Amino acid sequence: MSKMVLVVDDSTSMRQMVSFTMKEAGFEVLEGSNGQDALAQLNGHKVHLVITDLNMPVMDGMSLIRQLRTRPDFKFTPILMLTTESQESKKQEGKAAGATGWIVKPFRPEQLLQVVSKVVH
Amino acid sequence: MQIDMQRFHAAFFDEMAEHLATMEESLLSLERSPDDHELLGSIFRAAHSIKGASGTFGFSQIAGFTHHLESLLDRMRDGQVRTGSDLVALLLRSADVLSVLLGAAKDGAPLPADLEEVVQALERAQGAANQAAEPPAAVEHHPVGHVPASREYQITFAPGADLLRHGMDPLLLLRDLAQLGELAAVSVDTTRVPHLADLVPDECYFAWTVRLKTDKPLEEVQGVFIFVEDSSQVTIQQESSTLQTTSQGDAPGRGDRPASASPSDARPVTQSAASDASPARTMPAKSRTSECSSIRVSVEKVDDLINLVGELVIAQSMINEVLGQLASDNLPTVQEALSAMNRSTRDLQERVMSVRMIPLASVFRRFPRLVHDLAADLGKQISVEISGEDTELDKQMTEQLGDPLTHLIRNAVDHGIELPADRLQAGKAAQGTIGLRAYHEGGNVVIEVSDNGRGLDRERIRQKAVALGLAAPDEQLNDEQVYSLIFAPGFSTAQRVTDVSGRGVGMDVVKRNLEALNGSVSIASTPGQGSTFRLRLPLTMAILDGLSVGLNGEIYILPLLSVVESFRPKSGDVKTVAGRGEVIVVRGKPVPMLRLHRAFHTAARAADPTQGLIVILEHQGKHLGLLVDELLGQMQVVMKSLEANYQKVEGLSGATILGDGQVAFILDVPGLARLARSTESGPAGPAECSHTQSLRQPETTEERQAVAIVGSPR
Repeated sequence: MSKMVLVVDDSTSMRQMVSFTMKEAGFEVLEGSNGQDALAQLNGHKVHLVITDLNMPVMDGMSLIRQLRTRPDFKFTPILMLTTESQESKKQEGKAAGATGWIVKPFRPEQLLQVVSKVVH
Repeated sequence: MQIDMQRFHAAFFDEMAEHLATMEESLLSLERSPDDHELLGSIFRAAHSIKGASGTFGFSQIAGFTHHLESLLDRMRDGQVRTGSDLVALLLRSADVLSVLLGAAKDGAPLPADLEEVVQALERAQGAANQAAEPPAAVEHHPVGHVPASREYQITFAPGADLLRHGMDPLLLLRDLAQLGELAAVSVDTTRVPHLADLVPDECYFAWTVRLKTDKPLEEVQGVFIFVEDSSQVTIQQESSTLQTTSQGDAPGRGDRPASASPSDARPVTQSAASDASPARTMPAKSRTSECSSIRVSVEKVDDLINLVGELVIAQSMINEVLGQLASDNLPTVQEALSAMNRSTRDLQERVMSVRMIPLASVFRRFPRLVHDLAADLGKQISVEISGEDTELDKQMTEQLGDPLTHLIRNAVDHGIELPADRLQAGKAAQGTIGLRAYHEGGNVVIEVSDNGRGLDRERIRQKAVALGLAAPDEQLNDEQVYSLIFAPGFSTAQRVTDVSGRGVGMDVVKRNLEALNGSVSIASTPGQGSTFRLRLPLTMAILDGLSVGLNGEIYILPLLSVVESFRPKSGDVKTVAGRGEVIVVRGKPVPMLRLHRAFHTAARAADPTQGLIVILEHQGKHLGLLVDELLGQMQVVMKSLEANYQKVEGLSGATILGDGQVAFILDVPGLARLARSTESGPAGPAECSHTQSLRQPETTEERQAVAIVGSPR
């Protein structure tokens, strides 16, 4: 059974790129356009990895990470956040919120997969 | 894996256009309320998103430029730079540059000429003290200068207690290390495991010591621990050189950082050299940002669907027809089922059509900026009021509306709204208002462009028309007739030619554009109080409300929107005017007449007009009488292109398939008007029937439909 990744980004093109890359790598993909939408998409799915942007409308990535970590089924799930080079402080905040790691934008698909391989078998 | 980033470009450019529009919209609001933090936040987010995405998709020039913009916005957000009107002007200009840059990236248009200038202005605005960080290089690589040499590292890794709760698996890290080279020795330190009673199951108590043989540099080994170095104890010693290091927080993928040599200090590094500016803050979502989940589908796919549904509608009405001719006992049951299918098919058709619909907001949103800039150029004060921007219209039509609307709005700014002094003198507020309103009416969408300016100058238009030979000096014209004169080619009453409008091309193009969309335009104006241009458009061009007429056993479809009325002429109503061809006298006024069968070189059952019917059509404010055999009914038809399957035929805009499977041609009214001029008047010259001979124009579609003698089959 292929693994499920939840991709959360308000930017359609970024979401497309991440989702496509993950699908090519054999993942199944759930997509959310913001934190709230992502939570709504879960709907009982077993998720093996979350990749989320931080700056998003309605519910930002930080809140999403915090909310996910309170759920028993997400206690040990790797969560990667998409940051930019100017968001050094966000990394700390994200770690404190429960994020596993981060990917600095801009990144290429190969780099994304490299980081993913650090947190998922 | 090689992934072609181009496949994401369509979504990218759509998105960039949206961000740019948001940025502009917010900037215009910011000008009015410079202290609004929400607005600044939304502008910043837009810039941030543009930078992030353009970097990712390989548009480093856009990313680089946006970086400057973002830095300035960041400082504005922090209150280090005050928002002033000159700053807003600079930001608007930056948005323009961005727009040109995006255009350049999209279609290879030339780069903005003032790129460097704007970049420098942005830097100056940030204050010289803060040297802007270099824009991010799109992608960094590890320096490859190293000569691979075998090294040995001694690594100890003691995970923080909450490692597992952060979703990290320590075994993955060991596996990562193993991929760098050869794991010579791995030992587990279990001394931290507490007594069972004290054990928390989701905490990590183990620590590992690993000996790694690899030719990789230290940075790469450190890179393995990048996500855990803050919370875990990691020491890496290079055996040969006894270099000892503890990795510390930094961006991943950067190979050139100096290795710090303080093994004991593995606490999180909070101070960061890169950005001391902004404390992290979460931007609350704006309530008015309506988030609707949507998918992007290519227009071709939707068109295919629409075509298929069209076929379905046709097939279904064919069954209806055939069934009507059959007589059988269980026919009522079949008919019941069919009428149910009828309803669902029509519902399905409507739903599928609606997929192509997009809100007019996408075209409306550009106008506040346009008005703002034009008004500033002309020294006028103008506010824009938009309503009904949620009204939906066919995507293609919405896009094609941009030009005519821009023209009308330019005109309203230039000719409609007066200078502040003039307005005050006229007892009006110094600030004028331009309204942009959209709403549904009947099966149509109406868009109104209104201004509360000086209104159209009836007398000047009339004089100009007389001077141009469009009207006779002694003609009695009603308001509507006078106003419709401004749609004539070459007509412009601007007393001076300005930058903004009045270049001679104008309203006639607006009208032509709208007619190409099967739409129409009308004007209402009150001197001193302003003008309103009403555009009326069908919801879509794929389906046409038609009036079917018969000629020699064939069926032709006329667009209902062009039909004014129809009647059977009495003998003596048809006259021949020298050099003008035939005319039909309608209520005492002559209207040019075209015998459809002559235009198409076919026979007619009613070659004698008094045996046939005249349909009065309207095109560009002029009327044309079309002689046909009979009127058959009103129906909605699915338009099929002739050009795609055959070739363009003058006088026809397409074809459709009727319920009985028969093909019917759809008549093109502008084309018929041209045919009328060429076939009836000869090549001598255009003998146009001017507005003076026009009929009273019915005010509304409803009225037209009432005037037109139609029997509706449905």
